Formats: sequence, structure tokens, C-alpha cells
Amino acid sequence: MIPRIVKYVLHDILRSRIAIGYTLFLFVAATGLFNIGGDVNKGLVSILSVVLMLVPLMSLVFATIHFYNSYEFIELLSSQPLRRTTILLGEYVGVAAALGMGFLVGVGLPIVLYDRSATGLHIVGVGLLLTFVFVAIAFLGAVCTRDKARGMGVALLLWFFFAIIFDCLVLYVLFRFQDYPLEKATIGMVALNPIDLARIIVLLRMDASALMGQTGAIMQEFLGSALGIGYSVGVLLLWIAVPLALALRVFRKKDL
Amino acid sequence: MSLIEATAITKTFGRLRALDGFSVSMAAGRSFSLIGPNGSGKTTLIKCLLGTVIPDSGTLTLDGRSLLGDPALRARIGYMPQIGRYPDNMRVGQLFDMLQEIRRGTSARRDEELKDAFEIGKIAHKPMRTLSGGTRQRVSACVAFLFDPDVLVLDEPTAGLDPVSVEILKEKVKAEQRKGKLILLTSHILSDLDEITTDVIFIMEGRLRFSRPIDELRAESGEDKLGKLVARLMRDPGAISP
Repeated sequence: MIPRIVKYVLHDILRSRIAIGYTLFLFVAATGLFNIGGDVNKGLVSILSVVLMLVPLMSLVFATIHFYNSYEFIELLSSQPLRRTTILLGEYVGVAAALGMGFLVGVGLPIVLYDRSATGLHIVGVGLLLTFVFVAIAFLGAVCTRDKARGMGVALLLWFFFAIIFDCLVLYVLFRFQDYPLEKATIGMVALNPIDLARIIVLLRMDASALMGQTGAIMQEFLGSALGIGYSVGVLLLWIAVPLALALRVFRKKDL
Repeated sequence: MSLIEATAITKTFGRLRALDGFSVSMAAGRSFSLIGPNGSGKTTLIKCLLGTVIPDSGTLTLDGRSLLGDPALRARIGYMPQIGRYPDNMRVGQLFDMLQEIRRGTSARRDEELKDAFEIGKIAHKPMRTLSGGTRQRVSACVAFLFDPDVLVLDEPTAGLDPVSVEILKEKVKAEQRKGKLILLTSHILSDLDEITTDVIFIMEGRLRFSRPIDELRAESGEDKLGKLVARLMRDPGAISP
């Protein structure tokens, strides 16, 4: 039953100007970054930075707006013989797939054209994972907040927290307690931020220790590259499953 | 024999008691107008029936089976919302395709009479966002009747419709009622509903004031027009005995 709903959600979003604009912007940015530096590796690092900032922001904001705009439609669906779980999962998969496709065309295509390295493919992989993670987080925020303006505020605040504040907090903790052995705690802390996890996956793969930062370096030292990547991907998958499960729980009992 | 039976339904939103021990029974083959002041719980009651609002307590049954928690039962209820909003880029035809697909594999009957009368086929290729309010209401009406449901819930069905469409819709409602369907209507334009109403359910502060055949009310109150009668009731709820 879920694919039947996904089909129509996807169809609707792929025709929206915002989704098309997002794809074009990513495509122009990625192609541009590959051409400016002359060095493909520099291009990849720049693209990674753009992906880590923009993908979470777009996923949060777009999914939140979409959810509120679809409110009456979701109401209509819920008056049909459909389970609430089916409706929300249909909407989730539709939005995540649409944004994922936009990302694949916008960033995946230039990477395949210019680079084709394993590192490039890792960037495509984490970009998709981040899309799925932040659409799930956006859905959780949106089902918990009735008011659209407040829901948007929550989405922006979440982005601000994960993209900027969290790193400052980690740095502060590491600096404040530098006399103590904090390696294991650091690995635990990184798990709390999907953007960090995504960054570490790519940097471990690139072996670019200069760019890895404290957390990445610790991860490499303690887990090694392969295990570090495995750990990060596993935690990212949890970051999809847990918010989505919570959102479903709230949505099943929600008054529309 | 009642088709829908609501017993002691209570629903609170924060401090507000939208429904406060509301009970009513509705029989098939009759057309009920749900009437009450703004904020009296009409919309909440409808939403409970549709499963979009979940009551805090009480029971709600269709044909003796609980409507709370069994989505399959909703196949027997058709719903026309007050304001129909659909995905912007979805085409009219796609909406009907989607609803059809949701029912695929079930033994849903189809009723496209209203779709033909409203000439929906002509606008099938148009995206939803380009439709006027009235056209959208016509689409919503067709959606409600599409699967020949046993119960029709029409929330402000005539709002925004042109006179020709209102007449088409009213004829359809009458025909369905004669076939033995249960109709539940709300409307602010009461004169529109006079001729298709057989019973009046009067709700106030989340409680049932009365549910009675309209002929009885007319005879008892001496008012011929439903609108005047309702206005009198709202000013003086004791005017009619429950």
C-alpha cells in the first residue's frame, strides 16, 4: 500500500519549483567547484563542505514545509481506509526519495563525470544518508508541532544546532577536560551528530587527517578507518530509524 | 435499526471540552443536519467519525463494529471536506487514480454519476493548484461519492458552489438517501439544507440537545424555515423539548 502513496507524493514534489531549483543549484555548485580548483581532490573537499551544510538544511526545511502544506491532503488520506502508519511512511518515503533524487542528479552526476573515485562515491553515499536522516528528523518535528511557523522555527533551530552549535560544544568539552582521557567519550559524542558522522565517513576514507579534526583523528586512532566508517554508517542508520519510529508513534495518536 | 451509534463520546483539547459525553444514534435512509453554534463540537464529531480525531472516551460504531481503530471500516464512509486542499502539482485525474489504487484489491463499487454531472473528465489534466475554489469543491464532492459509500459526511457542502452545482449536488444527496444511505450534513447556509434534511441533530457545548425529525420540529415550533428555527434555538435552547 505504501508504494501507491509514494508514487503520487513523489510525482507531486518532482514537479515543484523548489525541488528543481535545489537540484540545479547543487549541480551548478558541484560542477563549479570541480572547475575552479583544477585539482579534483580540492573540488571534492569543497563539495563535501557544501553537502554537509546544504543537504541537512534543505532536507529539514523542505520536508517541514511539505508536511504542513500536505496537512489537508493527509487528512483526506486518513479518511480513506488507510492506516496512519501507511500514510506517514508513504509521505516520508516520497519526500526522502524526491530529495534523494535531486541530490543524485545535482551532486552525484558531476562526481561521476569529473571524478569517479571511491571518495566521491562516499560523498554521494553520505549525502543520501543525510537526506534520509534529516527528512526523518523534520517529520518528527512537524508531527509534534501543530503550528506551521513554530514548526519552521524548530526545523531551523535543529539545523543550527547540528551544523554549528554542536561542534562548538564538543570543542568546548574537549578543551575544558583536556587533561582527562576523553577518547571513548568523544566517539560517543560524535554519534549524537549525524553531520559529524557523515564528515568523518568521508575523511576517514580520504585519509585526510589534517582535515579530520579532533574527533575524526580519535576515531581513526581507536577504531581504524574501516571500523570507523562501519560504526558511523550504523549510527546514521539509527538516526533514520529512531526519529521515524518516534514520529510514527506520535502520528498514530495525533488529532489532525 | 441505527447504522451509526455514538455513546458518551468525550474529547478535550487542553482545557476545552469539545465533546462532553455526546451520544446519538443515526439510522440508514435518513439525512441528518448537524446544527449548533460555532465551537459547539460539530467539526470534532465529524472528525471522530472519520478517524482524524481520536476521542478520549466513549464508543463509536458503524453497523455494530467500532470505528475507532479499524481503518478498513472507513471504506464505507464518504467525506466531503469544508475546504479541499490537494497537492499543488497533482492533476485532477491523478487524484482519482490514486484513490482508485488505494481501494485496489477490495470489492469497492464505483459511482461516477456526480463526476459525469460535474464534467470532471474535462478538467482531468489540470493541476490542482490551478482550480478555482468552486471547482475544487466539485472535485471534493465527487471524491465523497466515488465509492458508493453507505455513509456520506458532507461538511458545508454548498459553500463556494455555484447555484447549478448546488442543485446537482442536492439531487444526488436526495437520490442517495432514498437508496438507503445515511447522510450527515453541516452547513451555515441553512435554507440550502431544508429540502434535503429529514432529521436535525442539535449540539451545544459538546452535548446533544436533541435529535428529532424535522417534520416534528416544524409542527411543534410553528416555524417553517429551518434557519429561523435554528436561530430561535440558539437564542433560547429550551424552546424545544429534547
